[in-house]
Amino acid sequence: MPGKLKAKIVAGRHLPVMDRASDLTDAFVEVKFGNTTFKTDVCPKSLNPQWNSEWFKFEVDDEDLQDEPLQITVLDHDTYSANDAIGKVYIDIDPLLCSEAASVISGWFPIYDTIHGIRGEINVLVKVELFNDLNRFRQSSCGVKFFCTTSIPRCYRAAMVHGFVEELVVNEDPEYQWIDRIRTPRASNEARQRLISLMSGELQRKIGLKVLEMGGNAVVGYLQCFDLEGESGLVVRAIGTACTLDKLSSGSAPNTNTHVHPNTAPASNACNSPSKDGKEPVFGEDLPSFSGPPTPFRALPTSSSSPPPFSPSKPCSRQSSSSDTDLSLTPKTGMGSGGSAGKEAGPLKTLLRQQTQTALEQREFPFFTLTSFPPGFLVHVGGVVSARSVKLLDRIHNPDEPETRDAWWEEIRQEIKSHAKALGCHAVVGYSESTSICEEVCILSASGTAAILNPRYMREGCLDIGSTDHRFEEPSPPSCGFCHIPYDELNMPFPAQLTYCYHCRRQKVPDVLFTTIDMPPEAAVTGKGCLIQARLCRLKKKAQGEVNATAISNLLPFMEYELHTQLMNKLKLRSMNALFGLHIQISVGENMLLGLASATGVYLTALPAPGGIQIAGKTPGDLSNEHHILTIQKRINDTITKNKELYQINPPELTEEVVGSPIPEPRQRSRLFRSHSESSDELSELDLSHGKKDAFVLEIDDTDAVEDIHSLLTDAPPPTGFYSCNTEIMPGIYNWTTGVQMFTSVRVFRLSNANLTNQGLNKIFTDLCENLLKSFYFKLRSMIPCCLCHLNFTVAVPEEELIQVAVTAVAMTFDKDQTQEKPADKPVTKGCSETEEQLQFPLELCADSSSITTQTSSKISGVPESTNVSPRVSSLERSSPLPEGRSRSLRSNRSFGGSSVPVVKMTPLSFLPGTRIIKYLGIINMFFIRETTSLREEGGVSGFLHSFIAEVFAMVRAHVAALGGNAVVSYSMKECVLMENPNKNQAQCLINVSGDAVICVIETDQESMPSTINVVQTCSSGADGAT
Amino acid sequence: MAVELDVFVGNTTIMDEEVYQLWLDGYTVNDAVKVRMEGGVLEEFEASADVLLSDTMDQYRTFQMCERLLHSPAKLANQLLFQIPPHRQAILIERYYAFDDAFVREVLGKKLSKGTKKDLDDISAKTSVTLKSCRRQFDNFKRVFKVVEELKGPLVENIRQHFLLSDKLARDYAAIVFFANNRFETGKRKLQYLTFQDFAFCAGQLINSWTIGAVDNMVEDMDVDLDKEFLQELKELKILITDKDLLDQHKSLVCTALRGKTKAFNEMEARANFKAFAFETFIEPCRSDRWTASDMRLYLTHYTNSAHILDTFKHQVVWDRYMGVIKSCIFKMYHD
Repeated sequence: MPGKLKAKIVAGRHLPVMDRASDLTDAFVEVKFGNTTFKTDVCPKSLNPQWNSEWFKFEVDDEDLQDEPLQITVLDHDTYSANDAIGKVYIDIDPLLCSEAASVISGWFPIYDTIHGIRGEINVLVKVELFNDLNRFRQSSCGVKFFCTTSIPRCYRAAMVHGFVEELVVNEDPEYQWIDRIRTPRASNEARQRLISLMSGELQRKIGLKVLEMGGNAVVGYLQCFDLEGESGLVVRAIGTACTLDKLSSGSAPNTNTHVHPNTAPASNACNSPSKDGKEPVFGEDLPSFSGPPTPFRALPTSSSSPPPFSPSKPCSRQSSSSDTDLSLTPKTGMGSGGSAGKEAGPLKTLLRQQTQTALEQREFPFFTLTSFPPGFLVHVGGVVSARSVKLLDRIHNPDEPETRDAWWEEIRQEIKSHAKALGCHAVVGYSESTSICEEVCILSASGTAAILNPRYMREGCLDIGSTDHRFEEPSPPSCGFCHIPYDELNMPFPAQLTYCYHCRRQKVPDVLFTTIDMPPEAAVTGKGCLIQARLCRLKKKAQGEVNATAISNLLPFMEYELHTQLMNKLKLRSMNALFGLHIQISVGENMLLGLASATGVYLTALPAPGGIQIAGKTPGDLSNEHHILTIQKRINDTITKNKELYQINPPELTEEVVGSPIPEPRQRSRLFRSHSESSDELSELDLSHGKKDAFVLEIDDTDAVEDIHSLLTDAPPPTGFYSCNTEIMPGIYNWTTGVQMFTSVRVFRLSNANLTNQGLNKIFTDLCENLLKSFYFKLRSMIPCCLCHLNFTVAVPEEELIQVAVTAVAMTFDKDQTQEKPADKPVTKGCSETEEQLQFPLELCADSSSITTQTSSKISGVPESTNVSPRVSSLERSSPLPEGRSRSLRSNRSFGGSSVPVVKMTPLSFLPGTRIIKYLGIINMFFIRETTSLREEGGVSGFLHSFIAEVFAMVRAHVAALGGNAVVSYSMKECVLMENPNKNQAQCLINVSGDAVICVIETDQESMPSTINVVQTCSSGADGAT
Repeated sequence: MAVELDVFVGNTTIMDEEVYQLWLDGYTVNDAVKVRMEGGVLEEFEASADVLLSDTMDQYRTFQMCERLLHSPAKLANQLLFQIPPHRQAILIERYYAFDDAFVREVLGKKLSKGTKKDLDDISAKTSVTLKSCRRQFDNFKRVFKVVEELKGPLVENIRQHFLLSDKLARDYAAIVFFANNRFETGKRKLQYLTFQDFAFCAGQLINSWTIGAVDNMVEDMDVDLDKEFLQELKELKILITDKDLLDQHKSLVCTALRGKTKAFNEMEARANFKAFAFETFIEPCRSDRWTASDMRLYLTHYTNSAHILDTFKHQVVWDRYMGVIKSCIFKMYHD
């Protein structure tokens, strides 16, 4: 009997009127967990019922605790007919299963109904008593912590990074079951919500088991997705990075080894790099079995050498994880370790090989879902690797079993791995997977950044103090080391223009660098970065089955090529040389494919300056054409000059001699590794020839090309005072203030004209994205100077003539006066004292107005005399000549009294500027369905979605607040599927959101800041010395 | 642009005060966009008309969703749907319950019934306040009226607590409730020159001194209904007029006090035969005789004080309660 779950229903408020005759409600509550149900008494005739129930106790297995949500249903009692459901609350009790997370769930939850939305609130208390489980053959994985954050969470130290974990579960979609024909939409939606909640729980539990098996205690960068395949089923899959995390006690954290480059070393950096407060998470092996001094590498005990802590009675993974181990990660001699670029790289790579070999006995894929790393962890970055595959869902032999999908992903991951290998890299970082489904066709995509990781961090234990020393033996300085090529320059995997690093002059760097990760905080940049997007539409004929899949497969390489060309052009136009956070989404519809690539462009000081763009005509003789080309050329040159100014790109002038490349490569090329499985097994490598050495030639040979160039120039720069990026933080901005506004925006465009061309479509799509950005700038204009961070665009083709773009991002204010490097003091919020106030924890949102609310309740029962000390209340003295007893009873009454709504901040980033995360309370992973049969009455499809998104936010906030948190970090909206039928006055929408609930406190200037500043300063001087 | 759907939702609800005012004023989305364009937001912030339209629609939707909560402002503070900072909540409520003086002047003293609501389109045409805005204001009056109708305790405080309004606005609503309850006619032609604020002031005076609440603060409707006992007592004041001796005595006292202090003495003397002050019988003639405000002040002061000197006049307390209000009301109402 491993656990006891206890729940108490306290009160309700703002309930809807269920009895028209009396304008009141006779509410009671059903509390259900697994197959056990309890009921409260009926609280007659009240919209603000007080149940104050006993503790309902469920004695359950911890396996169930992980899988099942606590289900609370509020009903209206009806003597003569069936009781009407008012709504439900699902509470994920997972956070209570981990000793380091929340200990109690207590608070007001919105009562949610899939047809009516939020209908009042209910106050619930939930606790869990866990008994120690001595069973070695257990199926639960209680205690494994999950984080959506794609870096080492702020108050932890990574003792060991074990690697990739994945899992996938399949079930029949309730919406496609026969019973759906006879049940109500509400019942169907609820069945679906419940099922997905169960599946997510099961998935987490299984991944947790894998983590325990690897010897870890946490999953970082946990990414869970749904595939609504339709007839063939409902898939929930997740990937993440298994780690062993040690909690840092906030007081004793060593402050010595903050690796911060001078450029990125302002005080606020405490928030934007994992080295916050000097609590340096260091990667290393720190297994319980490991003792004594760091042993030589070869003798290193790995998790595989120690007995596996748990031996599951049945295979916990349906993944064919034992197969394909022959495909070792070790770079082939020809590729990796042959003539390496730097002299240190030789032994390093041998080291790597051995390390990875031992590691590989346990794990198949050296993938990391992390996007930012402890300093020194990332040695070199090769480039973006991606793979896509087109599959037919109706060809799955056994749709209820996960094997087929497992095999599909397996195939793609193998491809990613071989791409990385070809780039001379042994690992893939910033790894992610996604799907796009249209009818029976499904595109599976995976992408990441090939990289070489520092094995030293996997070898040594606690490096809290020591790691600064390692910097001196490091082959390359941290500010440019990651740009140095990981592959052998004499035996390059693809032709590239190499030069000596502009920063250290010691090693080779490529001319451009594309990555899917966040920019390492220690990287040296010139000027500021900006959001760069490539957008593309391709029409395709409507088709079925195999023909359709082939058509899509054939289009994919062209789309990737064009997206890549667009990115490259736009990058050059902004005079930048590197992309971070690159995310390419290809979405399939019945008659078109949409491609959207987003990234943050930067000028890396270590990389050569990008050449300009040259326009060339196909027919040199034509005079008018010649003139036309000249004007375009001029416009392009002007734009480049303007952009240089805008993004403050003034790289130091370099003498030509340094630039000389030993490689007589006449053409400058860059390549994106990609492939897709429907084509042959060979890698289809895209060579994007860029013509002459430092100029990028665009040929205008037809109208399409002219259009392309025009579209290049139509991207409007953000208005003054605004910056935008899709990475965690904007390269070149360091002094964030505390103004934060997270938002979600959705737009759907209906294509009116049936005879659209690719060009026309492209224009519409580009305008749609551009207009969205313009709208954001306009709406958030009061926050200037501000930066839109983590702009995450998701495109979809929900119906034949619809294009849907959903964006989630956060606008953050920064201090304009100190945008230059190294602000001496903390950028204390100047215009944002209000926001700052809101962040104090625990903070009552409306100390003032809530106390008035208290007063308001005097109508019903009296005025409490000392509920809140606010000037307004005290001025009301003469209004409370009520009997003592009544006011006392009111005070104990939870539905009124001091109930104020706590502020919960949300952000897609892993931190909140100006604050320090002191506790992670658990993962938030919620799935909601909302349906309406009165679309017009709810304000049309916009009104419907607007209130649904607001409701989702409200439910996330309520859950976080109930856990005792005051913020959600790494928030994301994974899914937003909208189906509408205006003719029938109906619409349905599914939303999946996730994030990490945290407690954060304001970083006060007096306490934490001075020390941080000191640390930063000393370290930056140290870093100077090191370089 | 065939944009089928367009929403923007912030974790902290974004509200533009300018757009809120346009919404309150009953502008349609398109009209609001026009007004905003003329206001120059576009030049200020290089945006296109599409952007403005999209923004306005979003905001209007947000306001519509909030409206339900604004009907019982206390809910706004502990609802979970919108995260709105407290100072914003206060602004939202205050603005929502704000009203146009022109509109309130029309309905002041009328019964807040369905019948009056039907006449709103006439009022709208007359005051050039949009019908939508008229309805909101009328509904606000009615809502406040209904809530405080059955409450104990001071009227202004009740309104302030229940609707979380500022002191000023709560007092105005108290006046509206007071007039609606007592149906004081304010629509007469001769009263047209008086503003709502004049009436509100008078209502405040009446509430403070003449209602039951002024004596006993634990009764229902205490601030809405006039103190009946007091009204009875007032009749006894008629002795000043009905008793010839008293009248003459009082008159001469006033005249003596006033002599030489004002040019308008003659007229004042003429008017020293007092009746219970009623608007038509006092202010109107004085206005036509072009008394200055200071003349009026002087006159009333002496008029009140003289009564105290009268030995045979026994109702000093009631007299003060009566004249205190009359005096301040007349001062307020006596303007151009």
